[in-house]
Amino acid sequence: MTTIDLGLPSLGGLDGVPTTEDKQTAKDYKSDQEVRWCPGCGDYAVLAAVQSFLPQLGLKRENITFVSGIGCSSRFPYYMNTYGMHSIHGRAPAIATGLAVSRPDLSVWVVTGDGDALSIGGNHLIHTLRRNVNLKILLFNNRIYGLTKGQYSPTSEEGKVTKSTPMGSLDHPFNPVSLALGAEATFVGRALDSDRKGLTEVLQAAAEHRGSALVEIYQNCPIFNDGAFEVLKEPGEREQRIIPLRHGQPIRFGPAGEHGVVRNPATGMLEVAEVATVGEQALVVHDTTLDDPSYSFALSRLGGQDLTHTVTGVFRSVSRPTYDDLAREQVHLAQQSRRADLRSLLRGKDTWTVAGD
Amino acid sequence: MSTDVGNGASPEGTEVRKLDRVVIRFAGDSGDGMQLTGDRFTSEAAAFGNDLATLPNFPAEIRAPQGTLPGVSSFQLHFADYDILTPGDRPDVLVAMNPAALKANIADLPKGGTLIVNTDEFTKRNLTKVGYDEDPLENDSLAAFNVHKVAMATLTKGALEATGLSKKDAERAKNMFALGLLSWMYHRPTEGTERFLREKFARQPDIAEANVLAFRAGWNYGETTESFAVTYQVAPAKLATGTYRQITGNTALAYGIVAAGQQSGLPVVLGTYPITPASDVLHELAKHKNFGITTLQAEDEIAGIGAALGASFGGALGVTSTSGPGVALKSETIGLAVMTELPLIVLAIQRGGPSTGLPTKTEQADLLQAMFGRNGESPVAIIAPMSPADCFDAALEAARIALTYRTPVILLSDGAIANGSEPWLIPDVDALPDLSVEFASEPNAPDGSGEFWPYLRDPETLARPWAVPGTPGLQHRIGGLEKADGTGNISYDPDNHDKMVRLRQAKIDGITVPDVVVDDPSGKARVLVVGWGSSFGPIGAACRRVRRLGMTVAHAHLRHLNPFPDNLGEVLASYDRVVVPEMNLGQLALLLRAKYLVDAVSYTKVAGLPFKAEELQNVLIDFVQGVAQ
Ligand code: SF4
Repeated sequence: MTTIDLGLPSLGGLDGVPTTEDKQTAKDYKSDQEVRWCPGCGDYAVLAAVQSFLPQLGLKRENITFVSGIGCSSRFPYYMNTYGMHSIHGRAPAIATGLAVSRPDLSVWVVTGDGDALSIGGNHLIHTLRRNVNLKILLFNNRIYGLTKGQYSPTSEEGKVTKSTPMGSLDHPFNPVSLALGAEATFVGRALDSDRKGLTEVLQAAAEHRGSALVEIYQNCPIFNDGAFEVLKEPGEREQRIIPLRHGQPIRFGPAGEHGVVRNPATGMLEVAEVATVGEQALVVHDTTLDDPSYSFALSRLGGQDLTHTVTGVFRSVSRPTYDDLAREQVHLAQQSRRADLRSLLRGKDTWTVAGD
Repeated sequence: MSTDVGNGASPEGTEVRKLDRVVIRFAGDSGDGMQLTGDRFTSEAAAFGNDLATLPNFPAEIRAPQGTLPGVSSFQLHFADYDILTPGDRPDVLVAMNPAALKANIADLPKGGTLIVNTDEFTKRNLTKVGYDEDPLENDSLAAFNVHKVAMATLTKGALEATGLSKKDAERAKNMFALGLLSWMYHRPTEGTERFLREKFARQPDIAEANVLAFRAGWNYGETTESFAVTYQVAPAKLATGTYRQITGNTALAYGIVAAGQQSGLPVVLGTYPITPASDVLHELAKHKNFGITTLQAEDEIAGIGAALGASFGGALGVTSTSGPGVALKSETIGLAVMTELPLIVLAIQRGGPSTGLPTKTEQADLLQAMFGRNGESPVAIIAPMSPADCFDAALEAARIALTYRTPVILLSDGAIANGSEPWLIPDVDALPDLSVEFASEPNAPDGSGEFWPYLRDPETLARPWAVPGTPGLQHRIGGLEKADGTGNISYDPDNHDKMVRLRQAKIDGITVPDVVVDDPSGKARVLVVGWGSSFGPIGAACRRVRRLGMTVAHAHLRHLNPFPDNLGEVLASYDRVVVPEMNLGQLALLLRAKYLVDAVSYTKVAGLPFKAEELQNVLIDFVQGVAQ
């Protein structure tokens, strides 16, 4: 499997967005609005990570736009000293698509949550991903509805007891990474709110990717779903559970790198194995550039709802023409081949003239 | 047929009668190509210089079961030597391609009317399918009409024998035979149709030739057989001077949007989702990307309008097109546009409702939806074109309001004018309105802080500044939460909310719209008819009829539904009786009664078809005589 070269010049995610020589700091990206998330909310860490990573891009701040839907995380744009729109529930990808199509000079970011992106806005999310619109989508997954005070969400584990499900939730949850890969997203990554370094790396790679980039961020909601990802943060536990991905390197984890991911020759499936048993040669070498999404999909299935294992990092990063580039290209081609002559358009082919008396 | 205005005989002996107007209805199975046939006859009438109006009527199913009543498709065309307002109430000539078409349409043909029937389809099986126990062509049930029985399919196949085309393909050209026959009867020019057929089937030259041959065979049939003793002439109409073309409402809307992009200097982004009867707006705009138009067929109605609003945020002219059920889906985003005070055009082509309703039929029942169909106090501007050609001006007017006042504008067209066509006096491009806008470029805080306040309003229009991303120093955030007056920051302050609700309303109320013009040639009418949108034609035609009977009646037609024209209250108050005909259960009447405390009387009909002039004439006569007593 290789990536398909469609003969288009390969563009970076930020090509066309004006840059500046001016030195920027995280402070430049803080708006004057008081941040109103609950104390201890994981959103703070993500906000800080984004504010401190953006200056590295060297973009003109006015050419960055954040669009969000509804939910706790969707307040994000208010806290960013960029352009922003806090829109309506689930619709941010659609709104951002219109913006991205008409403005190639903007770096457009979507901030959404598990309810916003996967419940009410699920349709827009998958269609944005399949079109490959040049948007960076940050999906804050806290596995709960926070803003409406604690109902289960489409990523809550089965049997979740909440105010709306006193006998336990009945639905099977989404795995957002699997969903995105199923929609053939060209870039999919995952990070933890508390892991500034890992998060920044994924954000950086997402920003540089031309096309839709979905970044799932595990985010703790201390009020309604505290500790949902605690096992991934506890020293001793986390090393046993988190499987970090690095392009071009064997997939291996554990305090001493004693576990790894191998392909079962009988089933073709990916599974976790002991390096000592299978040998280093057997480890799968991570490749984000495979055109067939089934490899990265298989990686996404290594982790279950119980977080026994959780794969983080960049699952997939392939090049495919973006919808917005193609849409602009069509307009450009049309403009080159036919003059925009309103007079002749209005006249059309068949006219007749009524003469004066 | 209408009164003869002069007779003569042609050199061949066929009598030529001059008429001032004719209504022809082509009816057949939905697979028979009746829409194409009607369209072509319309183009011939247009090329000849007649005034005209058309009414296509077709089933929602793409191919309803063949030969059945639900599968009947028809196209009515009214053409005249003077300016006419409607597609005509009843046909003078009915062309019926099969028993179903005859059965579905014969009730509309007045006594003495001309009926041209394709006899080939009158088989026992086809007759039974639509419930004819006997063949109506064989008994005296059609005695009241001037019937011409023509074996169109057989004649077409005969004419195409030499082409080597299969019988089935040959038979499919029978609609062109019918067109040829009618073109002969009415002395229509034929070059246009032949050219059209050759272009349409350019990739299948044998099919193109077959259609041309069938068309000529129909013409020759009229000329050589003796069954048609009379042909008719309808002279060109004396319309206002200028160059004309024929146009449908949906095409005119699309052109209006193209023109709005040009006149504003903004790129246009149409975000939309296919829906009957609005899809043709998308199809048309998709052809004109060279005008800087991006058309985005989204995953659903909501995404369509979302993309349009996102584009508006970025400084484009965001447009979405839809019909009633789609407006319902878009209402939350329209509310967001109200709150974010961004320009947005919603082209809503009404159809029969509620729910899926009657997708291919017309109705005006979405006025209150446009007016109030959102949560909260959520005023938007509403404008309704009055005829197919008026769609062009209405689209430009919608753009003017959206751009000047930074507001969503809902344009309410409907199925009748969307698909109907009429001659259009092609506008002078140099005379089109200037729609250029100025984006904000500087901080504007009145406190001298050097900040940018996105909700600081223009004192005259109450519009807020449009600061597009990419403008240095004007970074700001907008959204659906209530804004503080001026700064635009989130505000839950009770007094601020009260103020903002009133400001948003005042902005819409303060939109400058032209006064409504009253048509009352006598100046003495005591009854005023008020209509809106596509009923302009039927109401206007009904008023003419009433006046011809020596009575007086005034007609005021509203294009601007929100806000209403300033002079409307005064106009309403100066008549003894106000009658409001609508294709709904009285939606405009409700608004007029509420706003002006006028005792407006509704006349309503919701049959999926435009009003008939005759029907309205009778209604109006009752009112006129009522006030006279
Ligand atoms: S409810 Fe949960 S997610 Fe929302 S702000 Fe509070 S802690 Fe954060």
